[in-house]
Amino acid sequence: MLRVAVLRFPGSNSDVDAVRAAERAGADSYLVWHRDSDLRGADVVVIPGGFSYGDYLRAGAIARFSPVMQAVQRHAADGGAVLGICNGFQILCEAHLLPGQLLRNAQLTFLARPVEVRIERTDTPFTADYAEGERLRLPVAHGDGRYVASEDVLRELEAEGRVVMRYVTEEGASPNGSAHDIAGICNAERNVVGLMPHPERAFDPVLGNSDGLAFFTAPASRHATTGRS
Amino acid sequence: MSYRVHVRVMPRQGILDPQGQAVEHALATLGFQEAAGVRVGRAIELTVDAGSREDAERRARAMCDKLLANPVTEDYLVSVEEG
Repeated sequence: MLRVAVLRFPGSNSDVDAVRAAERAGADSYLVWHRDSDLRGADVVVIPGGFSYGDYLRAGAIARFSPVMQAVQRHAADGGAVLGICNGFQILCEAHLLPGQLLRNAQLTFLARPVEVRIERTDTPFTADYAEGERLRLPVAHGDGRYVASEDVLRELEAEGRVVMRYVTEEGASPNGSAHDIAGICNAERNVVGLMPHPERAFDPVLGNSDGLAFFTAPASRHATTGRS
Repeated sequence: MSYRVHVRVMPRQGILDPQGQAVEHALATLGFQEAAGVRVGRAIELTVDAGSREDAERRARAMCDKLLANPVTEDYLVSVEEG
């Protein structure tokens, strides 16, 4: 059975949601405290949303130095799958596992509402069960979601097909002012994915939305057929 | 020798600074129409024990590169005084 470790920092707030979503997908999921440096045989690591360390200094800047992040660096370097959601995406950027940074929303307001996004790439461990171009409705809940990177990095992300998810912006600008309407990206090896929207808050019809469940079923079904995550 | 280090971290020129814009609008509302180009950054002070002023500055710059500033979007200025 796929083992999904969900990290918990002081200030995490979507950690239990992520465990439940992974369980719903048929995985064995458990929390790992940020002071631990053992991921306990995890196939997949989820860095959940929240406000680790109160977002002090910059969102994700302090969490990056937690002992557990050393283990995540090794897991990622060995090709292990990592999904950072919201604050998890911010932490992955601060840890240099993903390029760029997430800054204060362009309109300054905290955004907490469903948004429409488009799956751009299905060749990651987390988006393999979607169709390319598929539109999802997922909740966002962030104050610092404006993706910023240098022109060189943005060109590289586009050229290498590393923009995994984009905000659908037919009605206007992206909700937070992100460059290229970026809602999610992956690393060059495609095993590390960061997203601002929250699939773990949309995995069950009882939540009003199950568009996000496939982020968790994709690694589970791949593990069941190949023994790898 | 102990040195007091002042670090000023600012959003890099050219990067949208919505906080600066909001403060600028608020100043205009209060009648300070002459205020322009407002940008909001962060100031950090710390004491560093070092052999020399240069050494203290070198260590402070290393702290900025590793933690205090994000090189993707921010620039920093370090000044060092004795004491």
